[in-house]
Amino acid sequence: MLSIILFAVLAIVGIGFFAYNVRKVRFNILLGRPTDRTDNASERWKTMTLVALGQKKMFTRPIPALLHLTLYTAFVITQIELIEIFADGLTGGHRTFEDVLGGFYTFMISFIEILTVLALIGTIAFLSRRNLLKLPRLNMKELAGWPMKDANLILIMEIVLVACIFTMNGADEAAQLQKGNVGYGFAISSFLGPLFLNMTDNLETLHTLEMIGWWGHIIMVFAFLNYLPYSKHFHILLAFPNTYYSNLEKKGKFTNMESVTAEVKLMMDPNADPYAAPTEPQAEPQRFGAKDVTDLTWKNLLDAYTCTECGRCTSSCPANVTGKILSPRKIMMDTRDRLVEVGENMRKHGKDYNDNKSLLGDYITEEEIWSCTSCNACVQECPVNIDPLSIIVDLRRYLVMEESKMPSELTGMLTNIENNGAPWQFSQNDRLNWAKED
Amino acid sequence: MGLNVPTMAEMMAQGETPDVLFWVGCSGSFDDRAKKITKALVKILNECKVNFAVLGTEESCSGDPAKRAGNEFTFQMQAMMNIQVLNGYEVKRIVTACPHCFNTLKNEYPELGGNYEVIHHTQLIQDLINTGKLVLKDGGVFKGQKITFHDPCYLGRANDVYDAPRTLIEKLDAELVEMKRCKTTGLCCGAGGAQMFKEAEKGNKEINVERTEDALETSATIIATGCPFCNTMMTDGVKNFNKENEIQVLDVAELIANAAEL
Repeated sequence: MLSIILFAVLAIVGIGFFAYNVRKVRFNILLGRPTDRTDNASERWKTMTLVALGQKKMFTRPIPALLHLTLYTAFVITQIELIEIFADGLTGGHRTFEDVLGGFYTFMISFIEILTVLALIGTIAFLSRRNLLKLPRLNMKELAGWPMKDANLILIMEIVLVACIFTMNGADEAAQLQKGNVGYGFAISSFLGPLFLNMTDNLETLHTLEMIGWWGHIIMVFAFLNYLPYSKHFHILLAFPNTYYSNLEKKGKFTNMESVTAEVKLMMDPNADPYAAPTEPQAEPQRFGAKDVTDLTWKNLLDAYTCTECGRCTSSCPANVTGKILSPRKIMMDTRDRLVEVGENMRKHGKDYNDNKSLLGDYITEEEIWSCTSCNACVQECPVNIDPLSIIVDLRRYLVMEESKMPSELTGMLTNIENNGAPWQFSQNDRLNWAKED
Repeated sequence: MGLNVPTMAEMMAQGETPDVLFWVGCSGSFDDRAKKITKALVKILNECKVNFAVLGTEESCSGDPAKRAGNEFTFQMQAMMNIQVLNGYEVKRIVTACPHCFNTLKNEYPELGGNYEVIHHTQLIQDLINTGKLVLKDGGVFKGQKITFHDPCYLGRANDVYDAPRTLIEKLDAELVEMKRCKTTGLCCGAGGAQMFKEAEKGNKEINVERTEDALETSATIIATGCPFCNTMMTDGVKNFNKENEIQVLDVAELIANAAEL
């Protein structure tokens, strides 16, 4: 009875605290400006199914894709076992599903055990790639400190989780054998059972070991769940909404700034009265482009929380591969870090609190955003359809339109366009000269 | 033979309407290298008796570099002026040899009131060959040569056009060899996003040099592109390796015009 109460308390606290943190994340994301991503639901479902569920974009790099697939499938399928753990925990039962499912139960647990072993191999491979092989994209300077610890911590938690599962099943198997029963016949733990028996044939000890495995497993599950909102690992949940709300337009299409359209139309209308009072009460004028995270759209902010810092974007970025300071991954990490800070400030000090910091300047430098060639390689590469380019463009818009700050050659280019309709100093009247030349 | 380049104004004065407007773009109008691409395309259009016209002195920058640089005001001013001209001539269909103009006219003009069918010149040429209007002789000048195609970002990733230029290269009886980074994973030449007009930020290499290395690895003798900016960047990249005598950088339109002996 005590264990049922303990389990129930653990579940309530675990799920409750997660819900509390999810509300915070939701609050932060909704600090972004509006953008409509509700059209074309069927295309959106399709994108989510292919890209998030089907991991389509992962497979452009087959090795990490296969390793990731082991963890992904193990994670998804293990949720079935988690249901049983809940059932056992809340009823005080033991392997509740065994009687209900019969032979299928053996198959199911065996399947989970095999996937778990594959996931363990995947996890070790991932740890090696990061710490021993030191893959360039997993060892860049923006990952120094917490991001690297975060990544390793997740992988270590995986290993602990796997250890708990096999301690539970192995000790249980050994206990069955010790009692003179036939074993469960699960694919992996039927081999582990005899090993446990070699260590001890004390039923009490075996039972304790099983309990350690069982409680360890469920405690890890809740720890993991509550770690997610603080970690890059949040992608396991956010990949789904993030791909659903993907940009379905052509990648080359930059957003149209409607506030500018209104002013340009006014300028070009010969009948417009420049002194006319606005017909409808104007909302507080919005900043052009983005200086801080609250100037970005909610989708940009959802992107930031979804990023798992894999670095495919950065490793394909032409600026980054030629040694420039720009890293699209860092753009996403900075956006998230700043958003968490802004959100905390607002909850502590009220909505209008100003900490005199901003995304542009304190996190992202001008040099970074001017290094971008807008080639869309980062957007193309991202396995969960994150769009770093749209953040870079909005930061440029702020710099150029609000502060008139840009590399001096660009000032010249823009002046030329305004004066003679070409980025170079050629007269518009000479536009057809080529047709008369040899 | 001189080029026949009618303007929209001339056409209108004669009460005629062209089937397609050729949007030349700033590079195609003013840059000496890009002008050759413009002329190659006109030769093809003339040969196939395509009923086309240009805006001539009424054309102005599409606004692409302004928009990529973050100056939405300059972009929208340019776009709306161009749209007034284009709509005034009731233009329905536009072809351009510049992927930047292509992308802007196709994707960014509609929201400002400019709705046209916009195609890249490689798509138009492909159409001319498919409909039998342009015939390439067997075993043309490029027969057996190794040609690699550099995907312009604003044609490929930005607008998912990968096949048209490749289909044309295959029509040359040449060997199309792909670089290790191609199509969706193609590496930028370094000129997009208004980089064409400024010095690159500090790094350890120029992007066009990195990209030229990809091309050299294929041991192709011709680097084909479909963008005047890419052409400039790749030409400079080849010069950087002192290979300008061995490797040519050519637009797909030039390849076709040469092969058709125009």
